[in-house]
Amino acid sequence: MAKIVAVTGNEAVANALKQVNPDVCAAYPITPQTEMMQRFSSFVSDGKVKTEIILVESEHSSMSACVGACAAGGRVITATSSQGLALMYEILYIASGTRLPIVMPVVNRALSAPLNIHGDHSDSMGARDTGWIQLWSENAQEAYDNTIQAFRIAEHMDIRLPIMINMDGFIISHSIERMEYLDDDQVQNFVGEFKSLNPLLDLEHPVSYGPLILTDYYMEFRKAQDDVESKVPGVVLDVAKDFEKLSGRTYGLFETYRLDDAEIALIILNSAAGTSKDVVDEFRDKGIKAGLLKPRLYRPFPYKEIGEALKHLKAVCVLDRADAFGGSFGPVYMDIATSLYPYKERPVLINKIYGLGGRDYLPDHAKLVLNELVELVGNGTVKSYKEYIGVRE
Amino acid sequence: MADTLEIRWHGRGGQGTVTAAKVLADACLSGGRHVQAFPEYGPERAGAPLRAYNRISSHELRMHCPVLKPQVVSVVDATLIDAIDVAEGSTESAIFVVNTSKEPGEIRTKLKAPQGQKVFTIDATKIAVECIGRALPNAPMLGAICKVTGLVTLEHLLEDVRKSFGKKFSQKIIDGNLEAARRGYEEVREG
Repeated sequence: MAKIVAVTGNEAVANALKQVNPDVCAAYPITPQTEMMQRFSSFVSDGKVKTEIILVESEHSSMSACVGACAAGGRVITATSSQGLALMYEILYIASGTRLPIVMPVVNRALSAPLNIHGDHSDSMGARDTGWIQLWSENAQEAYDNTIQAFRIAEHMDIRLPIMINMDGFIISHSIERMEYLDDDQVQNFVGEFKSLNPLLDLEHPVSYGPLILTDYYMEFRKAQDDVESKVPGVVLDVAKDFEKLSGRTYGLFETYRLDDAEIALIILNSAAGTSKDVVDEFRDKGIKAGLLKPRLYRPFPYKEIGEALKHLKAVCVLDRADAFGGSFGPVYMDIATSLYPYKERPVLINKIYGLGGRDYLPDHAKLVLNELVELVGNGTVKSYKEYIGVRE
Repeated sequence: MADTLEIRWHGRGGQGTVTAAKVLADACLSGGRHVQAFPEYGPERAGAPLRAYNRISSHELRMHCPVLKPQVVSVVDATLIDAIDVAEGSTESAIFVVNTSKEPGEIRTKLKAPQGQKVFTIDATKIAVECIGRALPNAPMLGAICKVTGLVTLEHLLEDVRKSFGKKFSQKIIDGNLEAARRGYEEVREG
């Protein structure tokens, strides 16, 4: 029986981690992730989980300890935010290149400088090419559900890749919302026993980790990694199907909202998607064919499926809660543009940067953008391809 | 109750305003309702003005931004009325609940509340000092909010306060808070 609760996003994900009961957790506190790991440490201290917790002196060390524990043959978790993720950067590649299914919730927060503790997507966007799978979550329920599914995806024998589960700092991590918990045994049965692959602690079958591979085989190794990436979407969908049977909640590679017959649409990640859906409804009530697409599996990016879902539209605005400096556009915009490029007939695509450093994303911002798309479809003129919104001039 | 009720809390750091919003959300969870409770996070200092918000609805809450048009405004510290515009964006029929020893009519004038809005007062700080021995006005404010909005019954609220506070505090503190919430419910007055 599902249990209905009113909890913060951090509390929800900590509970998911408790229900999974992993072997090892190596973590370092950082706002806004702190509450999650503080709660998880309490579960360890109170004997609610059998996890061995390793308190380290930095995130570089926490990810390094995760790599060691996972290679040894354990089910391993950590969690971080912002500067913490940035400090892990070197080891993120070691984890993915070594094909270690580490599960890491990331509570999205802006990067320094200037110092800011609030939610934006700069941290995980900086790690989008590290070979980690990324799932993004609109609210506490999705963060909880994604965390549980993440173990099955990462640990799948065809995949064996590390995975990040993203949710917005403070907006979701520190807000209390109604959501549903699954039972402990439902979660246990869903994730199953951890199956190790070439564990270092299997002394009968010694293996080497982290070998030197030069010009002879490095490229074949990378090609193999790219091949694995192409298998991820299928596994994500299979896991989602099983999860739906358990929970009644449907997940895909992305969520479409009133998109099928839409002429204009917003593309937006995480919590701001919810606010935008309410505004899409307002526009529909006025007879304007507006829709929305919210990516869930952001890495590997399902280019083909997203291109198919968007190609019929007249105008699309991608809203990015991060900028890719020097890349001219926000990160999500660049991926959406790539998805649509193969099609001769495709929507006009504009980009808005919003909500950096936790700046509120309000219904008026969604209205502003949708009105601009209506105008653009009407007169065919693009005012500007990229613009910051909700910002002082 | 309207389909979605939006509440804005105005308090000062250290008064338990954020806890009050959380307890209210939890208490409103019954009957299949959807709830949200979230504060505005700034530099957290005792005495600094802060806001917290609640949304309570019969349907899923997708909006993830501050409440801009509150139907209920809970002012946990009346000195804030002189410092900020607590009425900002409030709906035409908004309900104000203000922690003060002053007469509701006087507060009504001070807020310049138009005809359709309702103004209630409650001496929550005095009740808190008498019941808990400390100027923590959140429990009587919760009682008053429950009375004027009818969101949950007093019994339900008290049960939830018992549950929320029971994890952290001694029986004496819990009893004091229960009494304070009950008195807030009973002593709130309209102006």
